[in-house]
Amino acid sequence: MNGVHDMGGMHGMGPIQPEDDEPVFHARWEARAFAIVRAMNAWGKWNIDASRHQRELIAPAEYLRMSYYEKWLAGLLELMVKKDLVTREEIATGRVSSTTRPQAQPALTAAKVASFTGKGSPANRVIQAPPAFQPGDAIRTRNINPLGHTRLPRYARAKQGVIDRAHGAFVFPDTNAAFQGENPQHLYSVRFSARELWGEQAAARDCVYLDLWESYLEPCATHNNTG
Amino acid sequence: MSDHDHDDGDHHQAPPSDLALRVAALESLLVEKGLVDAAALDALVDTYEHRIGPRNGAKVVARAWIDPAYKTRLLTDATAAIAELGFGGLQGEHMVAVENTPEVHNLVVCTLCSCYPLPILGLPPVWYKSAPYRSRAVLDPRGALQEFGLTLAPETEIRVWDSTAEIRYLVVPERPAGTEHLSEDRLAELVTRDSMIGVARATPPRPQDRA
Repeated sequence: MNGVHDMGGMHGMGPIQPEDDEPVFHARWEARAFAIVRAMNAWGKWNIDASRHQRELIAPAEYLRMSYYEKWLAGLLELMVKKDLVTREEIATGRVSSTTRPQAQPALTAAKVASFTGKGSPANRVIQAPPAFQPGDAIRTRNINPLGHTRLPRYARAKQGVIDRAHGAFVFPDTNAAFQGENPQHLYSVRFSARELWGEQAAARDCVYLDLWESYLEPCATHNNTG
Repeated sequence: MSDHDHDDGDHHQAPPSDLALRVAALESLLVEKGLVDAAALDALVDTYEHRIGPRNGAKVVARAWIDPAYKTRLLTDATAAIAELGFGGLQGEHMVAVENTPEVHNLVVCTLCSCYPLPILGLPPVWYKSAPYRSRAVLDPRGALQEFGLTLAPETEIRVWDSTAEIRYLVVPERPAGTEHLSEDRLAELVTRDSMIGVARATPPRPQDRA
């Protein structure tokens, strides 16, 4: 979706503000919110792409106003309600509704945390189809504007680039976010010259690399001299 | 009466924010429903506050600086090379390392959200997740770097890595001059979080540590 989360290339967002000796969390509630989100992810009722998309669905003005963990919290509440883990009434009152039955055991116990964080959740998959592109191939990104989730940012649509490396096949976020299946596709690191993306104002030698799925790309007959 | 007369630690604390109350209420609701385990939350917070952070990445970079064979492995298959030092897992399942040289400077961003290599850098700083950096790192990397006090020569090639998939990036900064004799541990102390994102150089050695 063409949301405000897709920020690459926007102006007017103000100065970057690094903080000296920044704490990992700025308040205890941030730490608890972070941990609650991670622990709820362990139920496997949604996936990382659905979580990202849920945060993208926050209204633009709210998205810009909210702090980072506020957005995490807002996304989590919507996902929990969608997946019938809690009701809006329970969130509003803080009390367990008499109609819901408590789970016997949480999905993530303290004993499982080290393996949960240490193993992670790889997103690569084995597929039969050979990669359509090889390193060095010239490509053009498609001009797509889907209503749903996508990882092809606006600034890199309908642009020429060159395949830098093939990563193998990975879960396709555009369908996975909508619970329409992992549909793994080949993923490539694609190099774009900064001038292809931004015009003559960009430095001649600078470039931007994006990791893009095969269906975002089409072959490009024109050799890209600047890539 | 001065503010210091009753400095008992509680007196001056602000009341809990609305968010703090909401999160506390949510936690107790989810615990009561058997959906989360409070001890698991404690363990998750402890993991990212105390166990996983940029010291991990610094060890990887210091090893690459002193061991050319390791550096080759790191630049060829970063996930495996980082696992050699015992690091990996959530949001570091698929790693790529990119090397800064006198000719090339690498910079990592996630314009769409906040993707970041957690096992080697820990949780990202606020600026990395915020609109000013996410919007400008790809459009005006030189201007963005200047805000961190880093001015690059016009002839330096900047490569910006926008983390649009599940690949996570580690910048291997240039080894500072005058560090030829330093031990691996001392070298790791020069490798800052920011230098592994690409918004700073590694810290120069103290004058008394120079070769």
